Amino acid sequence: MTATQQHTTGRVNGIISNLVLVEVDGPVGQNEICFIQHGETSLMAEVIKVMGDKAYVQVFESTRGLRPGMEVRFEGHMLEATFGPGILSCNYDGLMHDLSTMSGIFLQRGDYTSALDLEKEWAFEPLAKAGDEATAAHWLGQVDENGIAHKIMVPFKMKGRYTIAEVMPAGNYKVQDTIAVLKDERGTEYKVSMLQKFPVKQAVKAYREKPRPFQLLETGVRTIDTLNPMVEGGTGFIPGPFGSGKTVLQHAISKQAEADIVIVAACGERANEVVDLFVEFPELEDPWTGRKLMERTTIIANTSNMPVAAREASVYTAMSIAEYYRSMGLKVLLLADSTSRWAQALREMSNRMEELPGPDAFPMDLPAIVSNFYARAGYVYLNNGKTGSITFIGTVSPAGGNLKEPVTESTKKVARCFYALSQSRADSKRYPAIDPIESYSKYLEYPELQRVLNEQIEEGWTEKVNELKNILLRGKEAAEQINILGDDGVSIDTHLVFWRSEVVDEIILQQNAFDEVDARTPMDRQQFLVNKVLEVVATPLSFEGYEEINPYFKRVINAMKQMNYSEFESDAFNQNMKELEDTLAERKQAN
Amino acid sequence: MPTAFQRIYTKLEEITKATCTVRATDVGYEELATVNGQLAQVVKIMGDEVTLQVFAGTEGVPTDAEVVFLGKAPSLKVSEALAGRFFNAYGDPIDGGPKVEGDEQEIGGPSVNPVRRKQPSELITTGIAGIDLNNTLVTGQKIPFFADPDQPFNQVMATVALRTAADRIVLGGIGLTNDDYLYFKSVFENAGALHRIVSFVNTTEDPTVERLLVPDMALTAAEYFAVEKKEKVLVLLTDMTLYADALSIVSNRMDQIPSKDSMPGSLYSDLAKLYEKAVQFDDGGSITIVAVTTLSGGDITHAIPDNTGYITEGQLFLRRDTDIGKVIVDPFRSLSRLKQLVIGKKTREDHPQVMNAAVRLYADAANARTKLENGFELTDYDERTLEFAREYSDKLLAIDVNIDTDKMLDTAWQLFAAHFSKAEVGIKQSLTDQYWPENQ
Repeated sequence: MTATQQHTTGRVNGIISNLVLVEVDGPVGQNEICFIQHGETSLMAEVIKVMGDKAYVQVFESTRGLRPGMEVRFEGHMLEATFGPGILSCNYDGLMHDLSTMSGIFLQRGDYTSALDLEKEWAFEPLAKAGDEATAAHWLGQVDENGIAHKIMVPFKMKGRYTIAEVMPAGNYKVQDTIAVLKDERGTEYKVSMLQKFPVKQAVKAYREKPRPFQLLETGVRTIDTLNPMVEGGTGFIPGPFGSGKTVLQHAISKQAEADIVIVAACGERANEVVDLFVEFPELEDPWTGRKLMERTTIIANTSNMPVAAREASVYTAMSIAEYYRSMGLKVLLLADSTSRWAQALREMSNRMEELPGPDAFPMDLPAIVSNFYARAGYVYLNNGKTGSITFIGTVSPAGGNLKEPVTESTKKVARCFYALSQSRADSKRYPAIDPIESYSKYLEYPELQRVLNEQIEEGWTEKVNELKNILLRGKEAAEQINILGDDGVSIDTHLVFWRSEVVDEIILQQNAFDEVDARTPMDRQQFLVNKVLEVVATPLSFEGYEEINPYFKRVINAMKQMNYSEFESDAFNQNMKELEDTLAERKQAN
Repeated sequence: MPTAFQRIYTKLEEITKATCTVRATDVGYEELATVNGQLAQVVKIMGDEVTLQVFAGTEGVPTDAEVVFLGKAPSLKVSEALAGRFFNAYGDPIDGGPKVEGDEQEIGGPSVNPVRRKQPSELITTGIAGIDLNNTLVTGQKIPFFADPDQPFNQVMATVALRTAADRIVLGGIGLTNDDYLYFKSVFENAGALHRIVSFVNTTEDPTVERLLVPDMALTAAEYFAVEKKEKVLVLLTDMTLYADALSIVSNRMDQIPSKDSMPGSLYSDLAKLYEKAVQFDDGGSITIVAVTTLSGGDITHAIPDNTGYITEGQLFLRRDTDIGKVIVDPFRSLSRLKQLVIGKKTREDHPQVMNAAVRLYADAANARTKLENGFELTDYDERTLEFAREYSDKLLAIDVNIDTDKMLDTAWQLFAAHFSKAEVGIKQSLTDQYWPENQ
């Protein structure tokens, strides 16, 4: 946007793993991007510390073969994401290079592909007109991107007020063509295209205000929606040891959630899991629009074998893309698997820079970094009065499954929903293994959300949810008593308390992610189920001895399970409901 | 050995247990050198100060030792001639044979572009029911045995290697005892399978730090056969715990701050870089990794098994079953994450349900055993689950079983019919109608 500036250059002076020391001949900025010339290829790196005329840069690639004396060229800007139509359905690496246009089977160093297809033409439709006032993120026009109205905005970097001098008429344009001309107060003209860039580590603040979130974000996962609901613009995290079903749960949320856009940051995880997404998402349908899931999804794949520094960048890249789409007034869901790998990347660099370590050798500022990142999510009123949101859910992979470790603890301070995956639930195949007693959603305490739930679902909904939680808690206590005292050492009532909580557990909490019907439960069906379960639990039953209780409740649970596996209100569903009613009638007390 | 164009230095500035520092210019990062005739690698460059990690250790290295830079990173010459041969950590023959000629490949090369991978979908059979039935393996998978040091994991690995239909087997022996090295050698020779096998071996007699090269050597050879020859390659890495121990020694010598369990903070990335070489390519070639991670007293929360578990696609546990006196593959703690891609699809339709039913009944038996130990009375059902568990262990879970998958399923059905009613087994009606053995 400004006149050509003088680029600082430098020479490599030292190398330790992917940390490179560069002697510079001019000014450099913290987090500035530079390229190290290594023969034919240039390797991207980021400044992370400056001492006198020496800049410490972390290289986003393998540093094998680098030597002192190699030339370095500084770019004068930080790591930037590229925005424009064509991001959806793309698979990027952590630095937002398109993986599918890279050549060869193996990732070659310095193979930096464009994030957007620069040749593709988009049907532009103006929304603003000459003479309008505009600030950053003002909607100038829109194009259709996979059925979503992709707004073309005043670049986020443009500070201050502008007058629109010209907006191009409707027609086909490439992303770098000028689609509008803006004029600042001094009359200087700026050409604007559909492509803009913005630093990934800076939050986009071009909105009017950020209220407390108050809208339910439906995921179709009962133990989340009913018991510990996520909200539009909310934050949550899922910690769990390996094998407890983190990834299956995240995939379920990404497939089913009520969002316009889903961004998945596969951050330092298994490549074969990302391949699952690549294979499944183009086939599966979005339950909300009937389009293919891939059309609303962007995957940032920085798998565990890809360079560590790029892994750190990948979560920021994903958040930046989310902010871009939120500015269009869309509901964005951002999932990061796993934020622990990101924290480990920070640890590796901090270690190489010989910083004094914090707990478990993580950098001291880890809690601050985590909280700043989570704070970028949220529900916003845009400057034009429309709303948009970023809901962020991150997984955490605690070392040794121990939740008292720095990443889990830092995250717990900032994320408002906590979905604790329990090893014992996973071992007994109670999936999703979210512990109903440990987990929480702080949003459930927000009067704003309570009001919305009461209106959208039914009056008194939150009381019912709390009742379910009480039943589960009492059931847990009863189970402990039975374990200690033996089956015949406790009263029949204690057995009933236990089995009633089992009904809640088996019917509401447990859900088969691989069953076509059971995988996703819409909110109206969850409402029905909660009422039905509460009715079953409240039914007074009479038994002669404790031996009768176990087989009886197994029948009750089986009938209700079959209901969960059948289409809502189908013949099979009604038949199983009849069976449930009959079973209940057998033991119902006559009072 | 030095040739005309090599740069030779003879003044060491600093010597530590594993590293030495020399003033030199125009040296590349990770470049190889020899120090006093021993192989070394550049691990740090600061201006003209170059720090070298000497793989064999620095014992006896004098300050006037000859340092020769070789101008290349560690590499392996790859060709068909690798087959049937045994090499050390540097890729030099240890079987008395000639040096292998071929294309020189740098080890620890770039990773596969995730969008160029294919979803793994090809079954690997081992004949061991504890694996094929309950924890089915798939080409392109990476899975370790989590085992205590006294368990026969090397024998099981050798069995797995010989029974699979892999085109090529690459053995990476990391700190193998000499006895185990000779065991592998004789098993492969006796089976007449040597031509399919390439081995890189570092024994406990060799310097510890050399071990760090073994997995990369093995995987570079594997990549050659999988990419160039489109072969199905099985890589065996034993024991990865010793690899991680070597990493921690080096990071300690480099004054790095240790994280959990004295392991370097980069342990996850270091292990992932190796395990993620497991891949299914589009054109049929694949690399499957079966590794061993030895545990200390069965503790899987230690940093090495913990980080491994987050990287690999499941884990296999061995356990001695005292009822039958044999080693079995533990059905509770073992898991193959990729089995869903093949069971019931590439195997018989009843596979998933039979597998789950058997494990559930085995779990009931475990509960019955607890009851028994606590002095509670057993019901008739409890008694029957215990009988079932004994036979299930013996005929299916034991590692000496060698039958095909259909036979495993048939055996399971027979055990079901012998001990339980159809309702107790709880398998879908349509499958029970077809497979339940009637004449029992």
